[in-house]
Amino acid sequence: MALNRQHTDRDAVVVGGGLMGASLAWGLARKGLRVCVLDEGDIALRASRANFALIWVQGKGIGFPQYTAWTKAASAAWPRFASELEAETGIDVSLDQPGGFTLCLSDREMQANVDALKRLHNQPHAVSHPYEVLDHSQTKALLPAIGPDVSGSIYCSLDGHVNSLRLFRALHAALKVQGVDYRADHVVDEIKPQSGGFLVKGSWGEISTPKVVLAAGLGNARLAPMVGLEAPMKPSRGQIIVTEKASPFLHYPVVTIRQTDEGGVMIGDSEEATSADLATDHGISSVMADRAIRMFPLLGDLNVVRTWSALRVMTLDGCPVYERSEAHAGAFMAMAHSGVTLAPQHAYNLATAIAVGSTPDDILAFGTRRFHVPACA
Amino acid sequence: MFRRAPDRIENLVTFTFDGQPIRAAAGDSVAAALLAAGIRVCRTTPVSGAARGPYCMMGVCFECLVRIDGVGNRQGCLVPVQDGMRVETQQGSRILSAEATA
Repeated sequence: MALNRQHTDRDAVVVGGGLMGASLAWGLARKGLRVCVLDEGDIALRASRANFALIWVQGKGIGFPQYTAWTKAASAAWPRFASELEAETGIDVSLDQPGGFTLCLSDREMQANVDALKRLHNQPHAVSHPYEVLDHSQTKALLPAIGPDVSGSIYCSLDGHVNSLRLFRALHAALKVQGVDYRADHVVDEIKPQSGGFLVKGSWGEISTPKVVLAAGLGNARLAPMVGLEAPMKPSRGQIIVTEKASPFLHYPVVTIRQTDEGGVMIGDSEEATSADLATDHGISSVMADRAIRMFPLLGDLNVVRTWSALRVMTLDGCPVYERSEAHAGAFMAMAHSGVTLAPQHAYNLATAIAVGSTPDDILAFGTRRFHVPACA
Repeated sequence: MFRRAPDRIENLVTFTFDGQPIRAAAGDSVAAALLAAGIRVCRTTPVSGAARGPYCMMGVCFECLVRIDGVGNRQGCLVPVQDGMRVETQQGSRILSAEATA
């Protein structure tokens, strides 16, 4: 990899090398742009290494039907995305889309979930997604390991999961194949608009670029104002418990429990409004473990091998934000907590919009303007 | 490869490894008893199927996993060997009970 290219060679700088930045950089490079990725180092807050790896559609888009449509299209694009990554890098990301379950441990929980899906489907301009409401025995037919406490479930045929660590590796291998100039340990301190583009600076030096794409996760909050954008976020911590590898018993992902392609069971995925504190909270992890064992009693025999917590890239309404700067042409920002689910959308549609410089309506909907107007209906 | 220290040959117990009887000193860990008997492979990995044997001997590397009395993925280096114990090679990932995975 050439580390010292002249700036005249460069069409775009992507700030951030997580799933978002890597997906965008790959997409831009495939559109023929010469791309440089400026990434942080090993101690970056890296949601891309800590996520739960679901490709999840069910329940997404309450109050925001365009998000339902965007997510459904992402789920449909995943097979092409996975096979193109494998063709380019030889890395199989273990895509599996058998549909997914939300398991409920009481009738009240069941009703709350059914009500939420009804709201999603009854809202103005609703975009529907398939789902089935199943009772205990219908659920047991598909998930034989469930315990007696499971009162029922919701199944959506569009849901699935991947091996997200391998996805992250595949994207970075693909960046190399595409000749992307990837630079780790390049924290960006300042982005200065200048004639014809931007000067991007850090303790490592500076580079100029006609286009800059902010894909720095929570770091976007600091960087966005430098290019006339704003990136409001709220804290959201997630904890995950991982067990030893076991023989396959769970052939569908559940929103809080999934068995990976290699046999380990991941139990998640708490949502805690918190400060930027990464210590795991044993009170919360024991509730997660207790609920998991009620759903699948055999988990009680498995040894836990690790737990971790991470911070989501959570926007104010939980939906992605994509925006082009009006003040400084050539600057874009993108952030979403669904970096796995939406990776194909970022690599194909969003990267194309950034490359050609015009934003189609289905992407315009994700601008920050929505935070400024009173919510209607 | 390993030789038993002369002060550790008293209070012998007998356990089996994959059906083969092995003598060990009471107080040995299962992993130490296997190494002392010249057994270097006690499991295969779930992902590639590669052979593995005891390594760190202090509970952190998980290389010494074995089945003990029918329970999979036990850490051999943390379990004291007992007379009559049935130790078996851990083949790949731990097998969960059959009715739950049907």
